[in-house]
Amino acid sequence: MQPKRKPKMAVWKFASCDGCQLSLLDCEDELLAVAQEVVVAYFPEGFRKVIKGPYDLSLVEGSITTPHDAERIHKIRRASKTIISIGACATAGGIQALRNFSNVSDFIRIVYAKPRYIETLSKSTPISDHIKVDYELRGCPINKYQLLEVLSALLNGRKPLLPAYSVCIECKRQGHVCVMVAHGTPCLGPVTQAGCGAICPAYQRGCYACFGPVKSPNTQALSSWMGDRLGMEPADLLRAFRVFNAYAEPFRKESETHEI
Amino acid sequence: MKSSRTLKVDYLARVEGEGGLRIKFKNGAVTGAHFDIFEPPRFFEAFLRGRKFWEAPDITARICGICPIAYITCACQAMESGFGVKLNAQLQALRRLIFCGEWIESHALHIYMLHAPDFLGYPDAVAMAADHPSIVQQGLQIKKLGNDLVALIGGREIHPVNLKTGGFYRVPTRNELFSLSDRIKSACDAAYQAVLWAATLPFPDFEQDYEFVALHHPAEYAIMDGALVSNRGLEIQISDFEHYIQEEQVEHSTSLHAEMKGRGAYVVGPLARFNLNFKQLSSLALQAASEVKLAPVCNNPFKTIIIRSIEILYACEEALRIIENYERPAEPAIALKPVATTAYGCTEAPRGICWHRYRLDENGTILDARIVPPTSQNQKTIENDLLHFVRRNADLSDEKLTWMCEQVIRNYDPCISCSCHFLNVKIEHDATAKK
Repeated sequence: MQPKRKPKMAVWKFASCDGCQLSLLDCEDELLAVAQEVVVAYFPEGFRKVIKGPYDLSLVEGSITTPHDAERIHKIRRASKTIISIGACATAGGIQALRNFSNVSDFIRIVYAKPRYIETLSKSTPISDHIKVDYELRGCPINKYQLLEVLSALLNGRKPLLPAYSVCIECKRQGHVCVMVAHGTPCLGPVTQAGCGAICPAYQRGCYACFGPVKSPNTQALSSWMGDRLGMEPADLLRAFRVFNAYAEPFRKESETHEI
Repeated sequence: MKSSRTLKVDYLARVEGEGGLRIKFKNGAVTGAHFDIFEPPRFFEAFLRGRKFWEAPDITARICGICPIAYITCACQAMESGFGVKLNAQLQALRRLIFCGEWIESHALHIYMLHAPDFLGYPDAVAMAADHPSIVQQGLQIKKLGNDLVALIGGREIHPVNLKTGGFYRVPTRNELFSLSDRIKSACDAAYQAVLWAATLPFPDFEQDYEFVALHHPAEYAIMDGALVSNRGLEIQISDFEHYIQEEQVEHSTSLHAEMKGRGAYVVGPLARFNLNFKQLSSLALQAASEVKLAPVCNNPFKTIIIRSIEILYACEEALRIIENYERPAEPAIALKPVATTAYGCTEAPRGICWHRYRLDENGTILDARIVPPTSQNQKTIENDLLHFVRRNADLSDEKLTWMCEQVIRNYDPCISCSCHFLNVKIEHDATAKK
């Protein structure tokens, strides 16, 4: 029997903080083993050597914010069999999508003295707005064990096991006392997709939705509850939904209902 | 004879973020060196406007996935000092402890995965691991310890959730911190050996005359507190930063370049800290430095790999000291009452000083913000180094010179994601150049 060809993996970066691809380098115990199973063909953050495509697997970090990047992502799609977008920037536009609610030319003027050198799009958008994405890993940052699960599943030809329920389920399974019911701490856990390990409630903090909206979230009910019982003002509710996944549709719509 | 010579790296590897390098030759002489940054701008200073003061730590953390603690702590301390609050000694110590974790994790990432392969001629750490398995494994274990320390206190390694203005959401128990003591002790031994190993690497003879800038504190190796000092007489409060340092926008970069007014380029980071605060290193760190005969003034940026190793050793010893003296604070945080003010923060990120300024109204709403990350401060020095290095080594082959230029840049562990709020090497020859 002929030995199986190792799949070629590439890691691409768009507008981001580098934290999600760093998650791969942060797999200190597993990194060398993963590198045995794949050919790391393109991963500039850690590897100098570049091997040309096509690629079996592309991890894409970051959001699309420039005309050049809007072109580049299509080239990556054409060169890749499977694409996994990783993190809140790639799956929802990230914190830089806060520009989507403002006039971007004002933003450029605030940061840069000579705006004419700066080329940027008016919106920061997720990868799936531009190309077909095969899998998405949520989080700001992603959970490295979810990344290992997806890599391992794809290398073994099975479907990755990724939770589609809310942070509340993860939180209750771990036996944490509800920070909202017991302590009156605002928490976005009910409307947020699981995967982080419910770390905020474990540290006596309310979830701030860095994994983005769970499927069919009842954001309106949560807003009413936090408004009526916890005394949050519309401006507070707007801010709560408008952070790292501000441009994910359910959160975008909910935040817009609290605009004054 | 070729009329033009072009050495080009479009996207520099083993740095954090997107950038490149262009070297221009005319008649065989170097005329310009540009460290290009094309990381897309993300406009943090703009969207911070209108947010509440307590949101700044988590938002600014997202500038950089490698050194979030430096940003979080900087924003927290700015707000606290702006509102006239000082954390008690135990909360402050806990912050310093998680910062030690970030130094260990970030320095180990750079030493073993990004920088060492250059010295030994490997394209990456995985290739290096095939010939030097024990060194790479040791590095990964040190890195893992740093990450575990950050995660224990902060909830996770990247963008930890447990820090806030005024302190923490939950403070760890003594037993929780002690659970890492044995591993930190073994990391001290590994870090000591790592200093000895780093000193055996081949270093190019490249000494430059630099102005070093770092935080300095009378009582400790400065990480989060102190005044800004330099080897050329700068001694200022962090609030005076803008009177002495200006940022300039250049065409080839989405990162702003900083320079000392009237004096030009300066250096921040491990080299600056080591040269300015050497005597305040811990006993083992001093002993290791002495054993490898490294003492201030070190003017060779290639030797930062030794200095980072010394700082890892320092951070491990300091972490042990803090854990041994730790008493769980009665309250995890101090309440803050906002006032209209201008607030300043400055911390020693692994790559150098990170400076924040916020103007706030009486409700604690951010009116405007300014953030100066370490890489934008080192950018001018990096370009100077490139120019001088290429001038001296123009006889190297294109391939070798390109790789060495990349290394000149990696000496500074530039974090391009930070500086844009950058790498790609391109060497161009105009007319009568050599091969």
